[in-house]
Amino acid sequence: MLTPLDFLSDLTNPLLSFLPKALLISVLSAIVCAVVGCHVVLRGMTFIGDAVAHAVFPGIALAFVLQGSLLLGGLAAGAVTAVLIAVLGTSRRLRADSIIGVLMVGMFAAGIVIMSRAPGYSGSLTSFLFGSITGIPDSSVVVVAIGSLLVLGILMLLHRDLVAVGLDRGYAQALGLPVLLLDIALSVLVTMAVVMSIQTIGNILVIALLVTPAAAARMLTDRLVPMMLTAAGIGCGSAVLGIYLSWALDLPTGGVIVLVCTAVFAAAWALGPRHGVLRRTVGRAPVSAPAA
Amino acid sequence: MTAPTARRTPSTAPSSAGERGATETTDARTVLEGRGLSVSLGGRRVLEDASIRADAGRIHVLLGPNGAGKTTLLRALQGLVPREAGEVHQDGAIGYVPQRHDIDWDFPVTAKDVVQLGLVQRRLLDVRRLLGPTRPQLTAVADALERVRMLDLRDRPIGEMSGGQRQRVMIARALVRRPSVLLLDEPFTGLDMPSQELLSDLFRDLAADGCAIIMSTHDLTHALDIADRATLLNRTVIASGAPAELRDAELWQSTFEVGPTSPLLRQIGAFTC
Repeated sequence: MLTPLDFLSDLTNPLLSFLPKALLISVLSAIVCAVVGCHVVLRGMTFIGDAVAHAVFPGIALAFVLQGSLLLGGLAAGAVTAVLIAVLGTSRRLRADSIIGVLMVGMFAAGIVIMSRAPGYSGSLTSFLFGSITGIPDSSVVVVAIGSLLVLGILMLLHRDLVAVGLDRGYAQALGLPVLLLDIALSVLVTMAVVMSIQTIGNILVIALLVTPAAAARMLTDRLVPMMLTAAGIGCGSAVLGIYLSWALDLPTGGVIVLVCTAVFAAAWALGPRHGVLRRTVGRAPVSAPAA
Repeated sequence: MTAPTARRTPSTAPSSAGERGATETTDARTVLEGRGLSVSLGGRRVLEDASIRADAGRIHVLLGPNGAGKTTLLRALQGLVPREAGEVHQDGAIGYVPQRHDIDWDFPVTAKDVVQLGLVQRRLLDVRRLLGPTRPQLTAVADALERVRMLDLRDRPIGEMSGGQRQRVMIARALVRRPSVLLLDEPFTGLDMPSQELLSDLFRDLAADGCAIIMSTHDLTHALDIADRATLLNRTVIASGAPAELRDAELWQSTFEVGPTSPLLRQIGAFTC
């Protein structure tokens, strides 16, 4: 197996220039997904995140067929879906999860149909669905770097508002906050994080980057900002370790990154200092019989 | 809500449709007043020609069964639901304490974080927000927590607090804007007796400091004990006045849709006689 030193050597090898690009994009997108994912996990929006992840597919497919920017194509499709979910979700007739389900599969189906018209259809489809570390253009690195700063900057600016809505929606309305606009803003931020991650991790598994590091971090802390920093650390570490293992063992990158994230979550779930299963089991004081 | 099908006319009902029952004169300054408020939700009229006022330093209790429109009236006073008719006049800021089940208690925030959220401004894109709370804001947060006797627990996650402690944090969040009137939606629900008594003391202290309070509840035990004024509501105002003036059993039967042998009437008698 390739040692970590060999991996570092490959990272600096000019013939393998795609490798550092893939690593940088994976790390940036994992950090952004983890921070946005904290809101997704705390609000119980996992299904919305999954829907947006699937919904970007027709935009990416259309951009691929028309040879345009995949990032912009995915962002446009995801943003349209995010707005539709927020607006249609106010309907009293149907529950929000039904609307999300309809939009998710409808958009994904549109992506498959559009992609089927592209030459080299099956290879491209596999790459989009499961990710690839090769063939990433330099422009993508720049776009992902700028996009990451933008998403994190907006999250910092709207932090208290998003927390206010997540904690108590009715009170946020009473404060005069534009709750629907903030919902749409959060969905668009989720979309941006998803689109930036799809190239390396793939459409199917990207939801794991949103949910798993944040869920693991929730097991380790009771404060929101430390939760976000912990999730970002887990996402970053999983991306680096995942790319290394994928490269060393010749395994699919997206799958390995997600497996590393899952292992971290399992460890946090079992060994978390306050809320871990082990702590709750072992730390539980024995029940003594009351004195007569 | 189940609106009464055959509403009985209260024996003390005057000609005014909005606020009936015993009349009361007060020299306290009125800081919030809603007149003739009507609200429909989902095509159904849930509030009909309801009037209520809050006077500085007074506790006004809004009583009625589940679904009577108490929460809707509190929300209508703040403009949070569209009014079909009526008007609201306010003098000063309104502090709102919603029902505790509206809040996600698993959110990883502390008491201090929650109270700071009471200061969130509408200006979303103001970059000065990145600097965090200002010194006067931090002072206001500490003052609000001190007022509800929760300063010592300011760094405790809300998920680890008791029901009474959570309620006091929510009241601090409303107080941080230094409101002239506090609207409380079912503040006693789900609390044990010591916590209810602690809250009652807190409300008396706030009123003594000049704060006007309107609180909705269907729990009569503490409500009538601390009320300066009570309004009986069931889709519309059945009666309003000082608790001692609301002795007519028919008013209570009509409000709570109970028969003449209901234990509720014995409970009311203990407070109003």
